[in-house]
Amino acid sequence: MARAVTNRRKAIITVAAWAVGIAIFFPILWIVILSFKTEGDAIRSPLEVLTSTWSLISYETVLERSNYFRHFWNSVILSLGSTVIGLIIAVPAAWAMAFVPGKHTKDVLMWMLSTKMLPPVGVLVPMYLIFRDLGLLDSRVGLVFVLTMINLPIIIWMLYTYFREIPGEILEAARMDGASLRDEIIYVLTPMAVPGIASTLLLNIILAWNEAFWTLNLTAAKAAPLTAFIASYSSPEGLFYAKLSAASTMAIAPILIMGWFSQKQLVRGLTFGAVK
Amino acid sequence: MSTSIRALMGACAVGALATAAVAETTITVATVNNGDMIRMQGMMDGFNALHPDIKVEWVTLEENVLRQRVTQDVATNGGQFDVMTIGNYEVPIWGERGWLVPLTDLPDDYDVDDLIPSIRSALSVDDTLYALPFYGESAFVMYRTDLAEAAGIDIPDQPTWTQIKDAAEKMTDKDAGVYGICLRGKPGWGENMAFISAMANSYGARWFDMDWQPQFDSPEWQAAFTDYLELMTNYGPPGASSNGFNENLSLFQQGKCGMWIDATVAAGFVTDPEESMVADKVGYAVFPNKEGVDNHGNWLWSWNLGIPQSTDAPEAAKAFVTWATSKEYTQTVAEAQGWRAAPPGTRTSLYENETYVSEAPFAKLTKETMDAATPEKPSVQDVPYVGAQFVSIPEFQGIGTAVGQQFSAALAGQMDADAALKNAQQLTQREMMKAGYIK
Repeated sequence: MARAVTNRRKAIITVAAWAVGIAIFFPILWIVILSFKTEGDAIRSPLEVLTSTWSLISYETVLERSNYFRHFWNSVILSLGSTVIGLIIAVPAAWAMAFVPGKHTKDVLMWMLSTKMLPPVGVLVPMYLIFRDLGLLDSRVGLVFVLTMINLPIIIWMLYTYFREIPGEILEAARMDGASLRDEIIYVLTPMAVPGIASTLLLNIILAWNEAFWTLNLTAAKAAPLTAFIASYSSPEGLFYAKLSAASTMAIAPILIMGWFSQKQLVRGLTFGAVK
Repeated sequence: MSTSIRALMGACAVGALATAAVAETTITVATVNNGDMIRMQGMMDGFNALHPDIKVEWVTLEENVLRQRVTQDVATNGGQFDVMTIGNYEVPIWGERGWLVPLTDLPDDYDVDDLIPSIRSALSVDDTLYALPFYGESAFVMYRTDLAEAAGIDIPDQPTWTQIKDAAEKMTDKDAGVYGICLRGKPGWGENMAFISAMANSYGARWFDMDWQPQFDSPEWQAAFTDYLELMTNYGPPGASSNGFNENLSLFQQGKCGMWIDATVAAGFVTDPEESMVADKVGYAVFPNKEGVDNHGNWLWSWNLGIPQSTDAPEAAKAFVTWATSKEYTQTVAEAQGWRAAPPGTRTSLYENETYVSEAPFAKLTKETMDAATPEKPSVQDVPYVGAQFVSIPEFQGIGTAVGQQFSAALAGQMDADAALKNAQQLTQREMMKAGYIK
């Protein structure tokens, strides 16, 4: 009896999980479907969309009209650049806060998080003026800096919670065995922290890749990443769904594939310490 | 020996100077993703042949993003763009503030007198042009000739709103998924408010009186807005409060609208046999008016190319702007893609071209409605502003969109016409006081 209930519960949970999963994934799936249709077919009713012929015309048009690879390359540089610099700052910061907390560590952590509470548009004009005066408008250097800064609080927090899960006793034991601080960090702490650092790295790449406020506002032609590439395919007068879908698919495909391959790491890192 | 070395050095120096003289100037052009703009990007060979020393970089953005980007850049003197695609709403405001390079010494062969007078005047401040028009539009009625015939009605060339209502009623067949009339309902100063403002103009209403007092409590606005709601509720498609230009375009193309009153540029899309199921069944009529009011909406819009003061390559930018809006450009497009693809609504000579007029059945009416538009006097009553389906003051974007939200909510059935007009009146009054127009 108990077994039957468990099985039924399991079935309900499975169905519910699939339903939620499909509901979340459906818009992306629909974008992919529309990207293989002509503009005329893309605006028909859903059933007609599915039964109409498939075509690569939207991809052809998009590739012909825009320089996809330049945008792609900018996205890669911005997301990797900001992630690497972010980690270089965040790892020591989180390490210090987790293992050598001071009197104000909690306040500092809260203060860092509070910087995420300001709507970015509130500082758009001052930022624009600063960038103009420093000659950083439409430059990858400037954007790497901005993306590093806006994601820094999140990655410090993630790493901090992750490092806190590592028992201090292990470090003490290493020290008792005569390990120097260097040995302790390289041979004991780092191997234990690698999953956490990896998931933080992945999440930061995704956040930087998808960032669409600063990347749109501070770029023009040279440093514009894939977010600007998508924004160029919406139109106030005319049909654009198929082309917009093709552009979106091309923009999200790299990050989706990366997320697919690293989902084990991501889930592990994000749920670490959630269940004790 | 030393002489030959010197000669060699001299030659090198001359060579270097010569290279510098033809060194490339790069200009960045910010533009919207509209058919005519995209077409221009494919026509660049012509420009490159004339100006091999100018390289053009494109930044194409969605209209709202573009508007925000270029406004921010021009207002902060950011210098990101050398040429900006802007509407006739922005040009006079920016020109007056000295943000745009005045376009005074245009080349003779540009033939500035060929520009359609209403467009030229909309882009000028004190008779000085601050941008050159790339394409222009007015608004008119597009209707299904087959449905009109089946319903036994004849839509006159200059219909009144009563006739439109009558036609909408007769064409509506909800069981067959055909709605008599499709109009904009999606909130936004350039969305539903463009249409509703034009409709109000044609009812004799005005946005402000001579003391800048908002006029939503006037009987003219009351009549216009009540009729709009009645038309849409009884004969419009479901969910109309989220329909903008594109949604209505797709409904019309799929044969679901009897009539659609919108920008003249739509005619090119609804008659395109590759996209439209009703391409050969479209008739046109002038924007309607209320009986006794001599005003057909006064809709006038153009996308223009302007040069911000912050550019570091004004000459190259000017060369591009004059090329893109020239008669030669129109000719190049026509030769490559046919006359129907020529950018409409900017030059009188295009409408004197018999081939164009015969290939584009909507050409004559487009020109007539554009000629009839008077941005300096959008309403039959006196107004303190210039405008058309908008009011040319910087505050209008915010006010227009806020009022548009009230009107869209009324269309969605969340409030009645009176409540929406009352809210519109209050919020406009508040904003105008804040901005210092009303003491």
